Amino acid sequence: MTTATIAPGPAAPPARRKARGGRRLNRASGLGLGVAMLWFSLLVLIPLIAVIVTAGEGGWGAFWDSVTNAQTAASIRLTVGTALLVTVVNVFMGTLIAWVLVRDRFWGQRVIEVLIDVPFALPTIVAGLVLLSLYGRDSPLGIDIANTRPAVFLAFLFVTLPFVVRTVQPVLAELDREVEEAAASLGASRFTTFRRIILPSLTPAIAAGAALSFARGVSEYGSLVLLSGNLPMRTEVTSVRILSSIENDNLESAAATAAILLVISFIVIVTVDALQRWVVRRG
Amino acid sequence: MSIEISGVGKRFGSFVALDDVSLSIPSGRLTALLGPSGGGKSTLLRIIAGLETADSGRVEIEGIDATGLPPQKRNVGFVFQHYAAFKHMSVRRNVAFGLEIRKRPKDEIKARVDELLDLVHLSQFGDRLPAQLSGGQRQRMALARALAVRPTVLLLDEPFGALDAKVRKELRDWLRRLHDEVHVTTVFVTHDQEEALEVADEIVVINEGRIEQIGSPDDLYDKPANDFVMRFLGPVTQLGDDLVRPHDLQLHTDSADPASVHGRVARITRIGFEIRVEVAPASGGQPVVVTLTRNEFLALGLDVDSPVSVRLSPAAQTVAAAPAGSASGEAKSTAAAGAA
Repeated sequence: MTTATIAPGPAAPPARRKARGGRRLNRASGLGLGVAMLWFSLLVLIPLIAVIVTAGEGGWGAFWDSVTNAQTAASIRLTVGTALLVTVVNVFMGTLIAWVLVRDRFWGQRVIEVLIDVPFALPTIVAGLVLLSLYGRDSPLGIDIANTRPAVFLAFLFVTLPFVVRTVQPVLAELDREVEEAAASLGASRFTTFRRIILPSLTPAIAAGAALSFARGVSEYGSLVLLSGNLPMRTEVTSVRILSSIENDNLESAAATAAILLVISFIVIVTVDALQRWVVRRG
Repeated sequence: MSIEISGVGKRFGSFVALDDVSLSIPSGRLTALLGPSGGGKSTLLRIIAGLETADSGRVEIEGIDATGLPPQKRNVGFVFQHYAAFKHMSVRRNVAFGLEIRKRPKDEIKARVDELLDLVHLSQFGDRLPAQLSGGQRQRMALARALAVRPTVLLLDEPFGALDAKVRKELRDWLRRLHDEVHVTTVFVTHDQEEALEVADEIVVINEGRIEQIGSPDDLYDKPANDFVMRFLGPVTQLGDDLVRPHDLQLHTDSADPASVHGRVARITRIGFEIRVEVAPASGGQPVVVTLTRNEFLALGLDVDSPVSVRLSPAAQTVAAAPAGSASGEAKSTAAAGAA
């Protein structure tokens, strides 16, 4: 038997390689993977497919008509544009706040630590009410931005504040200070050290925070619905637009808008990830 | 003199890390700062590098007053205990970092990096990330990175402290050979007296923020300035009022010799080629530890409870033991006589 199996040696590997193609799972991890996939399918994949199917029910023409409808297109432009702008602001401000919280010691730091999470914890409609009473018609600060686009921007900014801070903070705290000292003794200025040593380490966290911040912005409803006034063509965001489509019994149009948002969000998240990899590689 | 330190003091809150330390470190030599943890040796090294600022005193590197210079301007290579690798950069880019900062031409950087990777035997690992290297390899990479910019002095802070015993020993030999090749003024911090004795040309013993003694490994081992240095550099035992190395004692059975301490064997332990005999003096007090070679031990034919006498071997060095509870400052003055 031994001599017989040795002789056709060269022919054997392909067959074995095929068997090894996917790593064999043991029973526990097989079960784990099954449960995870089922969960993911029920909660994410099936609803997403349902949205896309509904969007396509009226055919390509109807789909195109509903997303190019002037009012819908305006709401998509406003939502995505504001979410992008807010994300850019968060990338800078969030990183700065995380830096201050990790690297500096000051009076009241603990309080700020806790306050950062308030936008997470607050029901969004409560946030909306707070914003309305602060920046509405009877503003005690004398700033009335009710029914304007800055209201949307402000609401987005409020609810997305914690994301970049909270993703960057732990990474920054874990950074080895000796690495910065090594860079300094090699002649790197503080700015160079930040750009070439610290930033590449923070970039994945910043990118994750940015993606979360963008997604949260695009989906925001409760915090802006009171202050923005939901004026068609001006301050109406997609979530409001989708809701009004459904209320008008136009489910296809709502699904079409949702599908477009899905695609845009997907593109943004992929872009953020690519950008992040590029920054890390460039070092 | 390459590094002149004069009157340097440093406190962290109420803790005195360095207390008016003055020291000259010679050019081109390998100097060890040796001492127990928390004794101030790392603080001194970090002050030389500019990573820490002294509260008082001056630091001069190659004739230039560096006291107020930031680390970037000192042209000092620093190697950390935990490597401080730039994790997102390949080994090559780690080594090239200092040269890129200095905006050297590309081909010059490439040549220098190749040369250094060759020197630290990492040529075939240039494209790996630090995470893909072993601890010893990472530390060699850190060393190449520090050497790439041709520093005036090379400072190593417990460079082998994070490595396991075998790799530590290899790297120690290798550092010695590397220094013989490169000849850059090198100062390294260690708490391992064996490491200092084996590698360094000169040893500075630092304890509680002060310098206890400076000298060659032979000087320190043979002529310790005080009981602290004596105890820190190797095993000691107490014979009468003197501290002495256990291998500087002789055992014999002549109970009439007046220069000897007489007693009985309390315990015999064999550690490889070495036999440790503990002798309980007849006059009472701490047992005296004597180490013998196996042949010496067999020739004496000792057993537990045998009557035995202990005397100093002719070349033995002793240091007066500090009386219990006294400050080591007092001990120092008596120690000088003992070491002479």
